[in-house]
This record gives sequence, C-alpha cells and structure tokens, in this order.
Amino acid sequence: MSAHANLERRRQAIYGWLLLSPAAVLLTLFAFYPSVATLWSSVFSRGTRRKPTEFVGTENYADLFADPTFWIVVKNNILYAGVTIPVSIFIALSMALWANGKIRARGFVRTAYFTPTVLPMIAAANLWLFFYTPGLGVLDQIGSLFGLPSVNWLGQPETALWAIIIVTIWKEAGFFMIFYLAALQTIPEDLKEAADIEGTSRWTYTRRIVLPLLMPTTLFIAVNAMINSVKLIDHLFILTKGGPSDASKLILYYIWEMAFAFFDAPSAAAMTIMVIAVLGIVATIQFFYLDKRTHYQ
Amino acid sequence: MTTSPFVKLDGVAKRWNGQLGVEGITLDIPEGSFTALLGPSGCGKSTTLRLLAGLELPDEGKILIDSKDVTTSAASDRNLSMVFQSYALFPHLSVAENVVFGLKVRRVPKQERQEKLHRALEITGLLGLEDRKPGELSGGQRQRVALARAIVAGQRLCLMDEPLSNLDAKLRNAVRKDIKKLQRDLGITVVYVTHDQTEAMSMADTVVLMKDGHIQQVGTPEDLYSRPSNTFVAEFVGAPPMALLQSSVLDGFGDDKTIGIRAENIQIAPKGEGRLRCVVNESEFLGAETLIGLDHAGATGLCVLKPGLSMIAEGNEIDINFHDENLHVFDAAGQRQAG
Repeated sequence: MSAHANLERRRQAIYGWLLLSPAAVLLTLFAFYPSVATLWSSVFSRGTRRKPTEFVGTENYADLFADPTFWIVVKNNILYAGVTIPVSIFIALSMALWANGKIRARGFVRTAYFTPTVLPMIAAANLWLFFYTPGLGVLDQIGSLFGLPSVNWLGQPETALWAIIIVTIWKEAGFFMIFYLAALQTIPEDLKEAADIEGTSRWTYTRRIVLPLLMPTTLFIAVNAMINSVKLIDHLFILTKGGPSDASKLILYYIWEMAFAFFDAPSAAAMTIMVIAVLGIVATIQFFYLDKRTHYQ
Repeated sequence: MTTSPFVKLDGVAKRWNGQLGVEGITLDIPEGSFTALLGPSGCGKSTTLRLLAGLELPDEGKILIDSKDVTTSAASDRNLSMVFQSYALFPHLSVAENVVFGLKVRRVPKQERQEKLHRALEITGLLGLEDRKPGELSGGQRQRVALARAIVAGQRLCLMDEPLSNLDAKLRNAVRKDIKKLQRDLGITVVYVTHDQTEAMSMADTVVLMKDGHIQQVGTPEDLYSRPSNTFVAEFVGAPPMALLQSSVLDGFGDDKTIGIRAENIQIAPKGEGRLRCVVNESEFLGAETLIGLDHAGATGLCVLKPGLSMIAEGNEIDINFHDENLHVFDAAGQRQAG
C-alpha cells in the first residue's frame, strides 16, 4: 500500500476514535463502572465496626430470596408493569389516532394530552393526592354526590397499588402519544387515499396499514414503558411510601429503602443486579422477537 | 348501448378557501379512450382528477360515470382504480400483498385472488418479485406494482396522476409505451394527468389542456398542435413552441391581432428577399437539426430549424420567409380566428 493511503487510513482511524471517545468516557464513568462496582459489592457482606466486610459469594442473593417482603415487592412490580405498559400504550395510540385526525381544536387537544408529561412527577403526585384524599379529595366529593361512602384510596392495601398504577398511566400516556403522533405524521396521506379507492374501511386501514407502520414506534415505546415501570417511583414518596403494609411497594423503592433507610448496601446492590439482569433479558427478547415482525422504512 | 359518454363532468368547480381550484370543467370522455389532462403546475389538472376519483368533492357541477351520478359518492363506490404519483405502495406489504390488497378488502375468494394476481403480475412483468417489499424494488418496478394494483381489480376506469414523473427519462419512454399498450389490450378508459406534453401528445387520444383552473382546449394531439384555439395553447404545445408575432409587423393583418407560426414553417431567405429581418440570438445543435433562435422587435419565441449541424454566429442578421397558409391568426383577446 502506498504511503499516502496508509496515512489516510490512520487519519480516518484517529478521527473515528475522537468521535467515539466522549461517549465511551461518559458511559464508562457513569454506567459501566457503577454496574461493575455494584456487582462487586453485591458479593461482599455488610461491614460493621466489629465485623469487617468479607467475601460471601451469593449469600446476599440467598437472603433476598428468603425475604418475604422481596417477593411481595416483585409481585407488585410485575402487576404494576403488566397493567401500566399495555394500558398506557393503548391509550397513547388511541389519543394519537384521534389527535391526528381532522378534528377541531387539534392543537389544544394535543397540548392537553401532553401536559401530564411536562409536570414533574412530584407535582403530579401532589395533584393526585388532592384527588385521592379521603373526604376532601375530588373523587370522594364526586362520590358523595351519588351517596357513595368515602374511600381511602391510598390507605388500604386493596386499592393503593391500583391508585399508583392510574397515576403512572395518566403520566405516561401523553408522553407516548407524542411518539405515536410523530410516527403518524410520517405515514403519507396518499396511502389512505389509495386504501379509500379500494373501499377500505377506517378500521381495516388502521389495522392493516397504520398499526404495522407504527410497529417500530410501538417497540420503542414498549421498551421505554418497561424501563419506566421499574424506574418511575417518584410518586410513591408522595402518595404511599410503599404502604400500607408494602401493598404498593415497588422494587426500586425497596432498593432505595435498603440502601438509605436500612443502610444495607450489599442487599441493595444484589437487588439492583437482579433488576438489571431481568431488564436486560426482557429488552433483548423484545428487540429480537418484535424486530423480526417490524418493518423499518 | 347508449350514446352518452362513459365519464361526464358537467360544470364542475372546486374552490379552496375562495381561491380558484378549478372552474367550469365540462368534459365528455368516451369509453375505452385515453384522455390526458395537460397543463403547467397549479393549473387544476390534479384537482380535476381527484374530483373524478372522489378524493375531493366538487362545490358545483355534476360528475357521471357510466351514466350514474357519482358527484357525492365515496371513492370506493365509483368503480375506478388509481395510480398515484408517489405510487402509494404500502411499504410493509410484499408486492403480492400490495396488488391484492383491494381484492382482499372486497373479500374476493382466495382462488380468484391468486388467479388475478398472477395475471396482473404477468401483464406488468413482475412475476418472480411477489415476495419483495417495495423498498427492495427499483423505481421502474415500483411503478409497475402500482400499475398492477390498478389493473388487478378489472375496473373499467383507471386514473393516473403523473405516474411517470419519478422515473428517469429513458425509463419514462419505455413505460409510456407499456401503459399505452396496456390500455389498448385491456380496453380500459384512462384519464392521465401530466405536465409533460410529450407524454400527453404521444399517448392520448384526447388531450385536455388546462390553465388556471379552466380548460383551454380539448382535442386530439393533432388538433392542439395544428389548430391551437388560443395563444396559450399555441405557446404551450410543441417543442419549440409556436412563435407569436404582432400583426402590425406583417402587411394585411391589421394592428390588433397576434400571428402564430411554427418553426418548421419558416425558411431562411436570401438577404433582402424575406418578409422579416431578424437577429440570431442562439444556435442550438439538436442532432438531426439545428435550432436557431431569432430576435425581432415584434415577435416572441421566433426560431427556425436547419437540417444537420448548421450553426450561425450570434448577432448575425438573417431574413426569413413563410407562407400565409401556415399562419395562425388570433384576435386581440388571443382567441383563434376561423381558418
């Protein structure tokens, strides 16, 4: 190879590394290193002044599996994810299809749907606290008009998790709608016209053309919703603090409690590792399974 | 068999927020004909087609297809097919699925669907590409999928909205012939929108030339070329277009008329023997002939064709000659005068 070609190749390589390095440095510092450090600390015992930290292998994990609260929290989180993900996606899609149509005050409708997303979760939770408060809350006020008894939505184990789920759906649907709206804008108008000429009903058009073309967006949203179902716990601090009797406690909240209320860092680390593992596996399945059935333009 | 035309537009108008879309469109299209709607951008040809398709509803007038009033019918009730400029193929469906999409919607039995699909793909030369997605096809192949989708249902009326404008020049010539042959073989009625006069003139039985939402002239390609009904048609049709002269520069035509003459009817005369003296402003070699552009104070678009390579330097003065029977006379309003 001649000298100038070699030089050019080296130049390209340096250029490539320069482009890559900011992301590589930041990710290493704030994502890869913490993950490895967490894995490391999850296999050591909790150190006290009299008993220094020592390697315990999988003991922290075994302790967790023996902890009944851990299983309640896992069950809660599975229900929470199982309801919030499909319902918020379905509502987002319905709202987007509607707000994308030729309706009056379209701008207003879109803004209204998007408002919950703009609100910080803490503010939203305070808002919903006002809805849920027994006696004074809006829900009870409306209920009392029809002679219904006062309900402590957040204060009883049967309803607390569902009250949390509703807040999450309310918060997320508008956000996902924006993605669907953006995707709907990219579907050319003449596909609808071509379908019209063939006599396609609106429902058939939506099912056979629009939904398949929205699949990449749905996949993206599904992965995000799944991550959020673990990540989004701000409202728990305001609304229930995981109570009553752990009925609305989610994994991340439990991790936070472990680490910062009970100061049991190794257990928190072990739980974190498990969460990362599960999220990683589910996201992989979603991508590999759904990717095959998804058409990218 | 009635004598009424297959497709009839009667005084159709469509306005966009008070602005002009199309106005007073009255048109008869016989069955089995190939009609081209021709005109510059924004002349309303696409709007006319969309009104015919039922994608827009007219503000005024009536539309009849096969003696049935379809003015307010839905697109699907008009028994027609359409080829879109962008082809409007469903990107996630294979060629076969795209073509039979309409049949599926109409619940045509699977057996019949397969037969029609096979035939449509055979006609359009797409056999073997059934399982490809539109993204994996070339522009010409996509165009043929759009054609296959339009003919598979066997509708007697097919609307085409600039179907060739996304193809390169060479392919366009080939597909032009294919479309024309398809229309003849299937005996369908085609209404074809284009801004390219070569397409319109070479394919259509009837050309409808439009401008600013109004029909300027309806006629055979030959009519439009040799008997333009006004100065707009004269200047739009033909390459090079007809040259227009003020009647005052010639003897015996009065002062307020416009005279049209085509380049092929102009001869170069020896110095001092011509009817007009002009200045050469450009020479353009076209291959078989050379186009020589001429400047004259009372004329626009004047040019003359010389066989072979025959350049004349810019700025030279030449005399030209022509016969009165080749002149087209337009009145002060630009309308053609009898003859």
